[in-house]
This record gives sequence, structure tokens and C-alpha cells, in this order.
Amino acid sequence: MINKIAQHLEKRRNWVIPYVVFLAVFVVLPLILIAIFAFTDSSSNFTLDNFAKFISHPEAINTFIYSIGIAVITTLICLLLGYPAAYILSNPTFNKSHAMVLLFILPMWINILVRTLATVALFDFLKIPLGENALVFGMVYNFLPFMIYPIYNTLQKMDQNLIEATQDLGANPFQVFTKTVLPLSMPGVVSGIMMVFMPTISTFAIAELLTMNNIKLFGTTIQENINNGMWNYGAALSLIMLLLIAITSLFTGNDESSQNEGGGII
Amino acid sequence: MMQKILSRGYLWLLLMLLYAPILIIIVFSFTEAKVLGNWTGFSTKLYTSLLSGGVKNSLVNAIGNTFLIAFIAASVSTLLGSIAAIGIFNLKIRTRNAINFVNNIPMLNPDIITGISLFLLFISLGISQGYVTVILAHITFCTPYVVLSVLPRLRQMNSNIYEAALDLGATPIQALYKVIFPEIKSGMLSGFILAFTLSIDDFAVTIFTIGNEGLETLSTFIYADARKGGLTPELRPLSAIIFIVVLILLLVINKRAQNAHKTKS
Repeated sequence: MINKIAQHLEKRRNWVIPYVVFLAVFVVLPLILIAIFAFTDSSSNFTLDNFAKFISHPEAINTFIYSIGIAVITTLICLLLGYPAAYILSNPTFNKSHAMVLLFILPMWINILVRTLATVALFDFLKIPLGENALVFGMVYNFLPFMIYPIYNTLQKMDQNLIEATQDLGANPFQVFTKTVLPLSMPGVVSGIMMVFMPTISTFAIAELLTMNNIKLFGTTIQENINNGMWNYGAALSLIMLLLIAITSLFTGNDESSQNEGGGII
Repeated sequence: MMQKILSRGYLWLLLMLLYAPILIIIVFSFTEAKVLGNWTGFSTKLYTSLLSGGVKNSLVNAIGNTFLIAFIAASVSTLLGSIAAIGIFNLKIRTRNAINFVNNIPMLNPDIITGISLFLLFISLGISQGYVTVILAHITFCTPYVVLSVLPRLRQMNSNIYEAALDLGATPIQALYKVIFPEIKSGMLSGFILAFTLSIDDFAVTIFTIGNEGLETLSTFIYADARKGGLTPELRPLSAIIFIVVLILLLVINKRAQNAHKTKS
């Protein structure tokens, strides 16, 4: 028996087996369960009612569309604010210190609720009313680092010779940017958009805190349904969200895995 | 020159905006006022009451739970993820890509989906929710990061030394302990720290897997507290401390990553 185990251990590729079992039970099976719950009713019979309920329910549809709108606006503002910051951070003439980069990504590691409550406190302090504007600002606060970091990463790895080559070929600074820097940084922009859009579209709790419960986002709708025992409907809404995310990632066609291969997250 | 001043100014302006909320919390952790934004004179009373346990018992429990869960989840993830990484590294490319793909799912999935999918798993299996389910959930989203921290170390390793150890008469277990482990140790430690901070920070997955038996972590405590409207004043010094601790941890990981980079090149 022990011999047999030792034989298996000798093949080191077998060491992956425990994790494969773990992934099957805790990653793959749960996702299948979302689909099963979404297409069944509470007594486990096949039904499309959960989706019919979503479509025939103007409130749910409106929340869904409104959430997409908020996520798009947040992502755009993050891109407009974040791209110049990433560009300056990656440019050796403007910034030489790695500490500066760290300062920008540090907020990513603070508990999202603590950050949000701090933002609410700031708005209170400055007498800014909580509501839609506060919601967008709060989201931008929360997710700006997720835009800056991937863009910074691609810009930093960019070959500086290409910029010089563009200049030698007679491009003015504006052309250098639009013809060389921007196209080369697109992978970073795309993964930045994903990293901001995905959490904003799926967020819950944050919107409640930033708007004193006045504005509901799609994530909140899902959470409420799950909490109230409407598991099948909640699962159907989750599936809709997953679909939206899958479509977005197909559309942007990003490959984040290759970025993570480096090992260090910072 | 002008450009340089402008761009530096832009960076500092953004940083100020990003940090303003955190600074407000830190500043107002040094006053006793119940409501954030009221300044009633300098005082360290909130810190002493937080550290001496004079604060609500439930907050102290929540902090304890958070660290216990983070420690167990990070330890198990590190073990599971490191062993998995050794296996993945020795797989044929096709199988390796397939496993890497599944390994990426918990990192790419929004937290709410991970949380709900695990919630459905636990109710389907009839497991009552509490410590065990939260820890299992945290292991699920932490392990992929450990795998990704350990894999690069294996790539840097000279694969012949493991074979050499076996040729010299070591059992696979001895070879693992004496040859592979020292090589991947630093990756394991980075993975552990990463897993630990991810676990402490998590809210969305925890809230769906924690059940309603009264178990609370820091995140769920803050959430419940904020929903009631009155934020416990002791959360201010606590947030300030967490902020500083995370800052130090990040600097350590970064330093390690840089050192590893240097030795590599």
C-alpha cells in the first residue's frame, strides 16, 4: 500500500490530483449549480420562469440597465483619469521611484467597505449630498487603482526605442502618442477596463452605503433575492450577470492569464 | 521642465484625492466624537479602548474570527497550492493549460458569483454554514494566487537537481523536502502573505457563506454596523491600524519580489 502511494508520488505530475479534485468540487460544480438552479423551480422541476420573471419585471430590467450605465460611466472616468497617471508613472523622465507606483496601488488592498465608509465620511465632511454623483465618485475612488496598474504595466514594458523610431521618422508628439504609445498600450487598457467594469457591474453593499439605500444596483438585487430565499431567481440573475461578463470579456478578448504569469502581483 | 511640474502635480493631486478618505479616518481616529466629522479635541481614547478590549465584545470576536479564518485559509491554500504547482509544472502542456484555465476562474469571477455559487453548493450538499464553509470558500479564492506565486520559482529551478537527489538515494519525500522545498520557499511565503491579506479583506464571498448562526468577521461586522447607521467609533482606529499593517505587508512583498527579480537577472 505504502509502496503504491510512493510509486504514485514519484510521478510528480500526480501531485496535481488533490487540487484538481478541489477545483472540481469548489469551482466547477458550484458554477454548474448556478445554471441548474437558474433553470429549475423550488421543487427542482425544469422551468424558464426565472428568466420570464426577469424579462416581465420592469424594475429588475431597469436596475440591470442602470447598473450597466453606472459601470460604463465609472469605467470611462477611471480611464480618463487613470491613463495619464499610468503614462506619467511609467515615463522615466517624470517618475523614477517605484514607491510612487506602490502608493497608487496600495488602496487596492484596503477593505472595500472601509474604503467606501471613508468615502462616505469624506462626503459628509465636505457636505456633499449622497446620491447618484456620490455613487459614481465613490466607485471611481474604489476602482481607479485597478485601471492605473495594468496600463502602467504595459507602458512600462514598452520598448522605448519604438518611440524614438517614431520621432526619427518625423512624427510630432501627438502622432507619437496616437500612432505608437496608445496602440502598444491597448492590452493594458483592455485589462484595465475589465478590472474596473467587472467589479462595478457586480458590486453590492457599496451602492447602499454611498446613496443611503436610495439607489439599487443589479448586485444588490441578486443579493436580496438570495437572502430572501429566492435561490432560483437569484441564480438566474447571477447567470445573466455571468453572461454579461462573458460577453464583455469576449468583446475585449483579453488574456489576463499571461499577465499573471510573472508571479509577483505587484 | 514645465511638463515635469505639471505631470508631478497631476500625480500628487490624484494621490491626494485617493487618500483623502483614508486620511480623514486616520485623523478622526484621534478624537472621541461618536460621529465622524466632529472634532472634540485630541484623544487616544479610541485606541486604548480598542486595544484594551473595552469595546463591544462582538467587535473583538469579529477581529479574532477574521484572523483565525485568514490564518487557516492561508495555510491550507499555501500547502494545497504549492503541491498543485509542483504537479502542474510537471504536466504535459495541454493538461497544464486546461488546469491553468480552471485555476484562473476564481480570480476572474466577480466575488458575488463566487459567493453565490459556493452558497448554492453548501445548501445543495446540506452543509450548515459557519466557520467551515467560510474557510473552504476562502481557500477556493486564495489557492489560485498561491499557485501563481509558486509556479515561477519552479520555472527558475534547475530540474536536474531533483533527479540528482533521487539518483543519490533520496526518497521522493526527502527530495521534496531537501531539494524542491528550499527552492520554492520564497514563492510559498509570498503566496501565503497574499492569501492572508485577500482573506482578511474579503467581504462579498464571506457574506454568502457565513450563515446566520451569529458568526461574524470584520467585514460582515462593519457591514451590519453601517447598515444600522451608527458606525462604531472604534472602527476608525481599527481601520487606521489595518491600513498601516497592509502598507507594511505590501512593502515587504514588494521588496521580496524586487530582490527575487534582481537575483534572477
